[in-house]
Amino acid sequence: MYRTTDILTSSTSGDMVINVGPQHPATHGVLHLVITLNGETIKKIEPHLGYIHRSIEKMCESLTYRQFIYVTSRMDYLSAHINNHACALCVEKGLQIEVPPRAQVVRVILDELTRIASHELWWGAMAMDLGAFTPFFHAFREREMINEIMEETCGARLTMNYIVPGGVMMDIHPNFQKKIKEFIVLYKQKINEYHELVTGNVIFENRMKNIGTLTAEQVISYGCSGPVARGSGVKSDIRKLYPYEIYDKLDFEEALETGGDSYARYLIRMREMEQSIKIIEQLVDNIPDGDFQAKTKAVLKLPKGEFYTSVETARGELGVYIVSEGGTTPYRIKFRSPGFSNLSILNDMVKGGKIGDLIAAMGTLDLVIPDIDR
Amino acid sequence: MMNEELKNLISELLPTAVFEEGNEWLGVNVEPQDWLAFAQQLSNNDLLKFDSLFCLTCVDWKTHLTMVYHLRSTHFRHHLVVKSKLDRNKAEIETVSHIWRTAEFHEREVYEMFGVNFLNHPDLRLLILPDGWEGKNPLRKDFEDPVNMIKL
Repeated sequence: MYRTTDILTSSTSGDMVINVGPQHPATHGVLHLVITLNGETIKKIEPHLGYIHRSIEKMCESLTYRQFIYVTSRMDYLSAHINNHACALCVEKGLQIEVPPRAQVVRVILDELTRIASHELWWGAMAMDLGAFTPFFHAFREREMINEIMEETCGARLTMNYIVPGGVMMDIHPNFQKKIKEFIVLYKQKINEYHELVTGNVIFENRMKNIGTLTAEQVISYGCSGPVARGSGVKSDIRKLYPYEIYDKLDFEEALETGGDSYARYLIRMREMEQSIKIIEQLVDNIPDGDFQAKTKAVLKLPKGEFYTSVETARGELGVYIVSEGGTTPYRIKFRSPGFSNLSILNDMVKGGKIGDLIAAMGTLDLVIPDIDR
Repeated sequence: MMNEELKNLISELLPTAVFEEGNEWLGVNVEPQDWLAFAQQLSNNDLLKFDSLFCLTCVDWKTHLTMVYHLRSTHFRHHLVVKSKLDRNKAEIETVSHIWRTAEFHEREVYEMFGVNFLNHPDLRLLILPDGWEGKNPLRKDFEDPVNMIKL
């Protein structure tokens, strides 16, 4: 992946080529960036991918419609539950399965908890990239509570695999509601601490404002979604635009900022966490009784055709495109992962800027490498 | 815009288009040589304004390849799926990376995974696969590699 020719050609012009990664703490995974520098100014930045490519799309072609969902937990592992959700929705769309209300509510609660957990990790890691170590521990302390809720109900902390076509795998744990309420009470105190530590801090503000500015046109053309798009004022929340499950009945706002810089994207994620809390508050006491899983056939066969669904993960729009030939396994699956499109804007975003600002700009893209490589 | 209106408008723009209905979104089949001009119209036409290419992929049908472009207008909120049949032995189609910038990376992915050659692409080389993989296309149905086994 690392091409010697690139270095030879550019070194004659007086530019310097440096490699960031594949093992670099600020790339959060095995992302390899080849950066061409002129002094301290970035002339070109080129991502080299594939260090964690497992060809999940090809694997899915030989897995049944019940099995392939579990592989997708390994794509964007911070939104594992939401990935599972996207796949289950696509299969349910093909088979026209009605999901019982209890399962829908539980799915949405866990989606939003996943979103908070993912943003918490991003917040801690982002602050660490910019040189502050304390926020990381604060974020992980609260994230641990979410992991415990997940562990009790889903049986796993990171790759939940809790969703099956037609509902959820098992009923919720008796402690589910109690623990979530405890979490909400605690979280509402802690969010103020987060803002005190980072948001209003003059060092962070100076490092994030006017860095990595993106216009709305750029964002749309590059297919960016999620907080990256909303930071530039583009309405892109799938939960609002193309509602799935019960999102159209819930009261929440789509966070929008117009700055387009790193600070705007930072604020979006902070506000999204508060909105997620708002959603969970509406649902936690109103989990309907009834089945947690619809009755489905043991062997699922999608009718011949094409099915596309998209959901809002913590990083943006995840699309699942299934081409079926009527068999028990998909003929072709494409995952439109949010990270892949968000990464493609990186060169345009930091070109002409200083190398010192690279991490402050890239950090707010919230890249998860297995999601990009798949 | 509803699918029916879209259909009328598109058949005016491109009389040779073959429609595919029954799915959630309107599908259009175009010939590879018509694709670039058609794509420009889709993006520039004031009534269509397809400004977002949110999914670009390819399907190997063993006899031929099919490029699939999912388009959305963030302005009007309508969708269109454009498909184009390619010859499996000489898969070539014009790039649209200057119309929708997201296509640059997505086309590189399709190039290495399916071996589709995108004409006039600014930087067509391997993105995910390591050096030396040119010519072997993992997502084609006839790909077999006992060393780098993917099939489960």
